[in-house]
Formats: sequence, structure tokens, C-alpha cells
Amino acid sequence: MPDEGVLHADVTLEYPFTRSTGPVVGAFLTALREGFVVGIERPDGTVLVPPCEYDPATAAPLTEVVEVGDAGVVTSWCWNGEPRKGQPFDAPYAWALIRLDGADTPLLHAVRASGPDALATGMRVRAVWRAEREGHICDIECFVPEAEGG
Amino acid sequence: MTDDPLAPVAPPVQLPPRLQGVEAVQSVRTPFRLEYHASSGQHMAAFLRAMKQKQILGERCPTTGQVFVPPRGVTPTSGLETTELVELPDTGYVESFCITRVPIPGRDDLELPYVSAWVVLDGASVGFIGLVAGIPADEVRLGLRVKAVWRPDEELRETADNIHHWAPTGEADVRIASYELIGAPGRPPAERQVRA
Amino acid sequence: MIDVAVVAYAARQQPVFDENEIEMMAPVIEDVRVATGLGPDDLDFTCSGSSDFLAGAAFSFVMTVDATRPVPPIVESHVEMDGAWALYEAWVKLQLGEAKTALIYGYGKSSPGSLRDVLATQLDPYAAGPLKADAFGIAGLQARYMLDAGDVTEARMAEIAARSMASAESNPLSIRKGTRRVEELLAEPYLHDPLRAHDVPARADGGAAVILATREVAERVCERPAWVRGIDHRMDIHHLGARDPRRAPSAAIAAQALAVTADKIDVAELDAPFTHQEALLATELGLDSEATTINPSGGSLCGHVMMGAGLTRIGEAAARIHRGEADRAVAHATSGPWLQQNLVAVMEG
Repeated sequence: MPDEGVLHADVTLEYPFTRSTGPVVGAFLTALREGFVVGIERPDGTVLVPPCEYDPATAAPLTEVVEVGDAGVVTSWCWNGEPRKGQPFDAPYAWALIRLDGADTPLLHAVRASGPDALATGMRVRAVWRAEREGHICDIECFVPEAEGG
Repeated sequence: MTDDPLAPVAPPVQLPPRLQGVEAVQSVRTPFRLEYHASSGQHMAAFLRAMKQKQILGERCPTTGQVFVPPRGVTPTSGLETTELVELPDTGYVESFCITRVPIPGRDDLELPYVSAWVVLDGASVGFIGLVAGIPADEVRLGLRVKAVWRPDEELRETADNIHHWAPTGEADVRIASYELIGAPGRPPAERQVRA
Repeated sequence: MIDVAVVAYAARQQPVFDENEIEMMAPVIEDVRVATGLGPDDLDFTCSGSSDFLAGAAFSFVMTVDATRPVPPIVESHVEMDGAWALYEAWVKLQLGEAKTALIYGYGKSSPGSLRDVLATQLDPYAAGPLKADAFGIAGLQARYMLDAGDVTEARMAEIAARSMASAESNPLSIRKGTRRVEELLAEPYLHDPLRAHDVPARADGGAAVILATREVAERVCERPAWVRGIDHRMDIHHLGARDPRRAPSAAIAAQALAVTADKIDVAELDAPFTHQEALLATELGLDSEATTINPSGGSLCGHVMMGAGLTRIGEAAARIHRGEADRAVAHATSGPWLQQNLVAVMEG
């Protein structure tokens, strides 16, 4: 059968999706555009961030959108020493799950820090907001240690 | 359930003070992009190299003798690995076609209306899609005999895109006797068509 | 319950297959047909699992059906999932009496793309997807939760890696193998703190095929069929922050439904691509590591075929029953971030 080598070609799969948001995700993104963060209250009184339409445990519809803080506690982190194309930064940074003040579930985002030694579970971080925002999770450029410049 | 079929099903969302009266975000751009360095596989590589020489390769089924193009390494009528590649002529006929009058994003080169056709090469048991041109769209018909119009030699690469389109040869139409499934054992491809 | 058994298993695994998907899988499918003497006309149902997004080519999944001789038409289904879920669908079909035999295959050729980035597209498209958090970063976050809580230590993760690599020495399919001491492994730098290179899966191209059959056929084509005593799968919620990262409730519920620990388990093949996940699953399934050999194949850690790893675990467990090396085995497959979706199967000789 064929004994010459196989051929290769670069292929890019690209789709310009625009998603409709609905009122709950819409509220989350609208708040980001306005420069703050919201979650949603569950029947047990705890606050889900990001908000979602139905309670994950009971499937009850959720309707009470509430404001939470834009600073909080790192509940877990993972150092990204070799960032990949499309990720928040070209230089190394940490992924983190951050429980914002007033929220009961953590939000996934990037923490810009000098190195893994600067990260610790339980440390406080605060959001760095972009000057121009459009209603997108990346309206928050990243989080930084709260101790940094206060 | 209310009587109004357009009434929202979910209860209304209660917004915090800082969001009340603020124009809501209703959509968000979430572009999808992934990059790949694809490999052709062995049989497609043979097909693509042959394309560069203006040659079209198919594969012969070891069980039924039917010819499939392009070759993928296993014929669906046998489930067995291909052992024989065959060269096919660049002539055939139109087994079906579709006239399109709307443009495709990214294909400004296509003059409207354009005709996509299912082209069956002489000696092949299956067709493949191709562009038919060099004839007014409303004159394209089933059984139209066509021949490949290749790109200039200096533009030939390892790609099926070397065939720019299929043009009528001017020969008498083929009369298609039936559109039998290719699975009928012992049925050579020639029985699919009868000359008018 | 109709008695259904795994009667054949074959697999291929390599860092890169330059062949196309049909060329890659045709020999695997042929192997299980030859092992049983069951040809395309004897296989009532065909079901497969894969995804076009691994190779980035439309129909890279479905074109492989050509290797099953689909003309004249066959009864066929496929799932955008690991082949383990294709096996589940086939098992259901056999239980309903709609088929007596089934060919199942699961495979992935992920080398053309970047699998870690492809998997980032599984995340919530509004809040997490745009950050493009790759699979290793997400897994590392779960590992940190477990380390902080004392569920696992870096040394235990290294032990799991060392044991897996040593077991993989006897598995010709494995990509990562060797004799490494825990101290050596712990001295390696972090890949993605807290994960080291030995904590993350050895990606591979390839796939597995399995034949399921009811008793009448099974006893004819296989000396010691691996009877599927039960199979169950569950899924946890999507909202990452609302999940407990230290638990996999869907795996625990599936295992309880099957009474996995009701009797001795000789072998457990767990689809744990990351070392910390093996520790988590062993707890959720209630495994006793003294009595049960975990991942004698080296597991998904030592050779991970996306969309094939779970079916491979089922096949590897069944093969040990076929060879008389085990009497009762548990196999597990997973899908999604942080072990979101889990399938458990119990087999007996």
C-alpha cells in the first residue's frame, strides 16, 4: 500500500458565536459591565456566584439576584507557568477559585502574582477592572493580592 | 400554565438596586477557535499526491469489486483494509445537482447562481460533490456528461481543489437506469448507467 | 436481567498515529471479530464513542463506521462520549432483547490538536469558557482542594504514579512506564503547581473495541466470558463552584447501585487521568487497596486515549477475567471536569 509519508495541513476551526444571555446570566454580565459582581440566592439562603437559573440541588427556579463584593478569598489555586494561546496572560499566573465577599461559591478566574510563592489558600485577592467593559467575564482583567496597593 | 403561549415560563428575576433601570446586556460574544495540525492518513496522502499529477485515485473493494473515491483505507462494502488503488479518468456524469442563488460567507469567488453537482466518475461506484460550470444553470440536467477543468499546472498542489470545476463535454447524456444502493453484491458499476 | 458478557477486547495506543481514524481503528475492530469469529453479519448492533473536536475534522468520528462494513445497512448508533457510554447503550439494547451481539468501539486521535485546550470548551460558556482554562489547570485546582484538606498528599500521588508506571511495564499499550521511586518523583519540578508531570495523563492516540454478547453466543465464542453483573452511570452538576471538589457523588451513587463492595473485588480498572483522582475514586467506590489490585494495566494515567480510556478500562478488566487472572472486577469511566460524570460496571467470570 502507499509507502510515502502522510501529509499534514494546518486547520483552524473557528465560529463567531454570539450567545443570548437571558435575564439571569444577563444580570451577571450587565453588573460586570457596570463594574460590580452579582450572584443569586438559593432557597437555603446561600448565594451562588456566578448566578444560574435553577438551583443545582433542587431544580427550584432562582430569582433573587444580589450584589456581592469584588474582593474575596482564594479557596484553591493552580500555577500556570506556561500560559497557552488565548489564556488571560502571556506571562505565568495562577488559576484560582475565589469566594467573593457575600458569595458562598467560588468564581474561577486568573490571579496575577509574582510566582507560586505569592499564592496561598485563604489569601485575600481583589478584582482589577478593565477601563472599558462590555459585559463579559474578562471585564475583570484578573485578581491580585489585596495586599498589593490596597 | 397561563393561556398566553408567549408568556415567560420562569418567574421574573428580582434585580438588586444597582441594576434596576440599567440597560441589560442581552448577548455576549463567545468566539470559538481551535487550531489543529491535521494529518491525512496514508490513503488520502496517496490520493492527494496523485491529484498533484492530475490523477484521480480510487480504491477497489476486495469483496464486491466496487470502486470508491476518494480512498479512505477501508471500503464500506467489505469492512476490510484496502489493497488495491485504481486510477480513474477525469470524466463522468452528473447524478444529481442543486442550483444555489445565495452567497456563502468566505466564498466571494463563487458567481451566482452556482451549481453543485454529485459527480460520478466513469468506473466509480460512488459520486462526490463538485462545481459544474461552463453551462447556464438552467441547462444542467441529470446524466450530463462532464470533464474536470484543472487549475493551471503551476497552481497544482496536493489538494482536491486542483479541480476547479466540471464542464460539459458535449457528448450525449447518460441515461441513468436506477439509483440502486451500492451494496448490491456482484453488481459492477457499469450497470448504474445506460447510454442514451 | 439478561446475561450479557464482554467476549472480546482489543486496543491500540501510541503517542501519535499518523494514519486516519479508519486506518487506526480497522485493525482493532478486525481483532475482536477474529477473536470471536463473529463477522459483520453476526453483529446485531454497532455503537461507538468519539468526537470530531479531537482531530478538528468533520466526520472524523463517523467515517470510522466504514470499518464495520456498513453496506448493506447495519443497525448503528454513536455517542459523543467515551466508548464506555456506547457500551452502556449496547448493553441496554441487549437487555431489551433487540440484539444478541454488539460491537462497541471508542477512540480518539487528539494529536492534531491540543487536547487540553479542546477540553476547555466543556466549561460554562459565559463565565469560565472565555478564560480558556485548560484541563490541567482545572484538575490542579481540584488537587489543591484535596491536598489542603488532607484527603491526599503529594507523596501519595507520587506513589500512585510509581505503582501505575510499574504496572504499565507489562502492558504493551502503555505510553508511560518504568521503575521510579517516590522520592525521585517528588524531586521533580511542578508542571502546574501542585501537579507534577507524573500526576497528569500520558496523552495517546488510539482506541479500543469490545464485543458484547448474550449467553447463547457468549458461551460459544469465548472460553471464559466476563459477565456484566451490573452497569450504572450518573452525572453531577455543571456549576463548578457549586460542586464539592473533594467528592464524586455520581461515582459513589453508581457504585452503591451496583453493590460494588458486596463481594471481593480482585481488580479495579479506574479511569483516573490524574493521580489525585484515583485516590478520590477509590474512596467513593469503597475500594480496599489491600484486597483489590487497582489499575494493573497502568490505568489512564499511563496511556490516555480521549473518548477511549473508559472503554479501555472495561476491556482491561474483562481481559483479566478472560485470562483467569480475576473472578470479579470493577471498571470505571469518567467524563467532564473534576469527575463530573461517572460510569461503573461490575463483571464476573
